[in-house]
Amino acid sequence: MKSAALRYLPLLLLALLWEALARSNIVDSLALPPLSKVAVSWIDLIRDGELVDNGAVSLYRLYAGLGLAIVIGGALGMAMARWRTLDAFVNPLVQLFYPLPKSALIPVTVIWLGFGDGSKILLIFLGCMIPVTIGAYNGARGSEQVLVWSARSMGASRLRMMWDVVMPSALPELLNGIRTALALAFILMVSSELIAAQQGFGYLIGYLGSTGAYEAMYAVVLTVAFLGFAADRIYQLLMQWLLRWRE
Amino acid sequence: MARIEDNISPATARSDISRKLDTVFRSGAAVFSILILLIAWELFARSGKVTMFMLPPFTVVAETITRDAMSGDLWINLAVTLYRAMFGFGIAAVGGITLATLMSRVRVIHWFFDPIISVGFPMPKIAFLPVIILWLGVYDVSKICIVVFDSVFPVLTATLAGIAAVEKELLWSARNMGANERELTWQVVLPAASPQILTGLQVALPIALIVEIIAEMVMGGYGLGGAMMTASRFANSPGVFAGLVEIAIVGFILIKVMAMLRRRLLIWHQETA
Repeated sequence: MKSAALRYLPLLLLALLWEALARSNIVDSLALPPLSKVAVSWIDLIRDGELVDNGAVSLYRLYAGLGLAIVIGGALGMAMARWRTLDAFVNPLVQLFYPLPKSALIPVTVIWLGFGDGSKILLIFLGCMIPVTIGAYNGARGSEQVLVWSARSMGASRLRMMWDVVMPSALPELLNGIRTALALAFILMVSSELIAAQQGFGYLIGYLGSTGAYEAMYAVVLTVAFLGFAADRIYQLLMQWLLRWRE
Repeated sequence: MARIEDNISPATARSDISRKLDTVFRSGAAVFSILILLIAWELFARSGKVTMFMLPPFTVVAETITRDAMSGDLWINLAVTLYRAMFGFGIAAVGGITLATLMSRVRVIHWFFDPIISVGFPMPKIAFLPVIILWLGVYDVSKICIVVFDSVFPVLTATLAGIAAVEKELLWSARNMGANERELTWQVVLPAASPQILTGLQVALPIALIVEIIAEMVMGGYGLGGAMMTASRFANSPGVFAGLVEIAIVGFILIKVMAMLRRRLLIWHQETA
């Protein structure tokens, strides 16, 4: 307990430094409102429902896009690892899209699906699919051929074999790919909402910033940052639990 | 490496031929896939099922890119984007490696920065973009700043992990032979950690590009992302798709160059053998 407190003490020091800097007249209190005032406006934002409503929209987009990417990307990656012909034709496309800075897709998805949920979900899906596919692919390629043969010879169908043998052995790398995708999903969610949206965390940050409500803007920024951090921590716990069968 | 070719056995020679055939098949399939993708794009766009606005044909997009290249706009935007992304990436690389090295040597620095890194690494730092605009405006400085802020974390974590994994025997023998702390860092620790440091840089580079493009889209102005946003505002859909293709090519080349650099720098390491 004491060691944890000592470990996270620097974060507290940063928070205190922020408060002190903002309260002194060294920096403009518009540019850096005191943390305590940010906390007050955070409570206001929660109370009038703005933060919760926009947050729900954002998180729905994030998890819908990420979910699609996990299902489709994971299946594609594992299928590529097992069928060489599919691999030969699809892998070049994966290699081609892998280095694409995914944010370049933001205006394109807006052209296709407009300013609403659809374009954000498509963007997050497209952006997250590649890391998930590559994770599943690398993981499934490492699955032992002997296990695959035994399962097949004991009469497992191809699908059954994928689910029971290939999937568990692909799991560690697949889960790592999903972790990368989760971080990317947050980046794409916030930035696409900052650039073109009428709802969501990013929209709220941009709106509050443009009306000069900087305390509230800071409150939303910190909320998004915290949610991204918390999502990663929770995901890590989930990963440990899913991989508990490994030595 | 090629040096063992003298005593190659018949068995490995045969597998060598089949490996070559496999490579030929794979590169053929790669060219085929990409061609099919472009042809499908062109045919689908011209089929009348989608409007010119939704998906301009590839040939129209290619024409737009050529026109931008002729007028010089493409090169200005490219130069501006590359300058900011690479400058930010450079600061993140040098700063990240330096800070991580200091952290591994000075306990107070480690104590101070360790929780900040472990909290900051998984955060979506792009959310701070409006705050940085508020502080620094919408020009180069703030764009470079957000690039540094976002791409420094993978460099830091990779360097810390790399330094922590350096074999104790290496350090002992170097110390035993009279190396001082400075020599130890430059001649033992950093080279031994360099594979992981380079992995960190390889993670940071695409992040730098992604963030630079987002910053240009939010703040406007010159640059490939900024040009895409301008095209989008004027409903100039070939311009938007041209931007996508241009940015894709830049990303592709940068990542290939980085991988090549890694092979060059780690030529002494067993991973390149």
